[in-house]
Amino acid sequence: MTRGASWRSLIQWVLPLGLIAAWQLLCSIGYISDRVLPAPSDVVAAAWGLLRSGELVRNIWVSFWRAIIGLAIGGSIGFVLGLANGLSRRSEQVLDSTLQMIRNIPHLALIPLVILWFGIDETAKIFLVALGVFFPVYINTQHGIRSVDAHLVEMGRTYGMTGAGLFWRVYFPGALPSIFVGLRYALGIMWLTLIVAETIAASSGIGYMAMQAREFLRVDVVVLSILIYALLGKLADSAARVLERRCLGWHPAFQRGSV
Amino acid sequence: MTTHILPRVAGASARVPRPDPAPAAPRGLAITARYLEKSFGGHPVLRGIDLHVPAGQFVAIVGRSGCGKSTLLRLLLGLDQPSAGQFWFGERAGSPPGAGAVRIMFQEPRLLPWAQVLANVEVGLGDHGRSAEARQRALATLRSVGLDSRRGDWPTVLSGGQQQRVALARALVSRPRVLAFDEPLGALDALTRISMQRLLEQVWLDQGFTAIMVTHDVAEAVALADRVLMIEHGAIALDVAIDLPRPRERGSSEVAELEGRILRELTKNAAPGDDA
Repeated sequence: MTRGASWRSLIQWVLPLGLIAAWQLLCSIGYISDRVLPAPSDVVAAAWGLLRSGELVRNIWVSFWRAIIGLAIGGSIGFVLGLANGLSRRSEQVLDSTLQMIRNIPHLALIPLVILWFGIDETAKIFLVALGVFFPVYINTQHGIRSVDAHLVEMGRTYGMTGAGLFWRVYFPGALPSIFVGLRYALGIMWLTLIVAETIAASSGIGYMAMQAREFLRVDVVVLSILIYALLGKLADSAARVLERRCLGWHPAFQRGSV
Repeated sequence: MTTHILPRVAGASARVPRPDPAPAAPRGLAITARYLEKSFGGHPVLRGIDLHVPAGQFVAIVGRSGCGKSTLLRLLLGLDQPSAGQFWFGERAGSPPGAGAVRIMFQEPRLLPWAQVLANVEVGLGDHGRSAEARQRALATLRSVGLDSRRGDWPTVLSGGQQQRVALARALVSRPRVLAFDEPLGALDALTRISMQRLLEQVWLDQGFTAIMVTHDVAEAVALADRVLMIEHGAIALDVAIDLPRPRERGSSEVAELEGRILRELTKNAAPGDDA
């Protein structure tokens, strides 16, 4: 079983490693010009240089920080409103159609307005990320609460659960699988928003690093920035999956033998 | 598999020391309904039910779908309010005395899938379900339905019959004085059903609560109950005492005779195409 498990964890790396090897080979024989795509070894060299100057770590840290703050703000507002509108018809009547209208505006279309409001300050990026992650968290939380088995709610009531007790023992755990779907979706939107925002208006961060490199024709740094985004995105998703597994151990989809 | 468990279940329940000193006096609660009526949107479902159930009696309620028997249970549990009339619990009118005095077992187990078996039983203890004493009590109750070895499992890995036994433990753990059953065995296969019927009879004999069971199955009603009520068009149409000794033998001539009589009454006025 351990052998099977280690083989399964290895197999997902075969394709990306193969692609990198092919890429290196094609660059080394000069089939791909380094003006178009630098060899992986050049990208690694660029990473090493930026790492030694401290620029890389600083930019990653800045981007990471913006992403987390934006997620925390937008995610909590979405979570709270999703709970409120899932639990209370009144609250839904008041809020939901307004929120649905706002949802239909692509949040990135607000960039010019956001720059006018906040300049190219931190606030602008955090605002955009928060706005972007809000909707997936909101919609999935609301959906999760709504789809909790009414039989279980009735059972809880007949066994004397009310208010907070009913919420923490029935509604919240019942909605959790859906809330996690919203979170993972939000993580994707979080990086996407940040990339765009940092590319257009920023004076630090990975997106800014990529734009600077473009001006100096440093294709290797541009490629490095893209790879870092890919890595950060993958890391965030893996973290969410680990959390999901720990919280949803009861769910048939996460029990031994499956997944 | 379930049939193997049977003797162990019966033996275990006899051996388990009562979690708290049980009063020797009858623990059941007498139930009286006076002029009970319920209508939904102007459509009457119950039309003036008058009923007295002495403490500790096992009553089965049979009737066709839509006759109002489940509504009667919901009123008893306080899940719905009657349009007119009310229930009396012992000397008290209206609501049952104290938390956990009246419990229900549903047709579906309705276990919390995110709580382990023991935690599901602790749900029956209400807010004080977290103390060490409560845990001991939940464990003892789980043992009395023969599932203490599964205490740490998720409900989804149990079979349907096992889930229903956990639901029974959850209903029993607060030591209710009235236990209502809403077709609790309707979804089980025939063998599991028989072993569950014996288990229900056993815990009822041990604990002496008043039992009210709604069922489609006349054979089940005759096998378990002291008294069978038939509800038709929202009123009690038949009230039969079953005075046979326990444990009752399936297929014996008295059982078959009673069963036949009730079935004839049930189908007497059925128009062709009515749901039986």
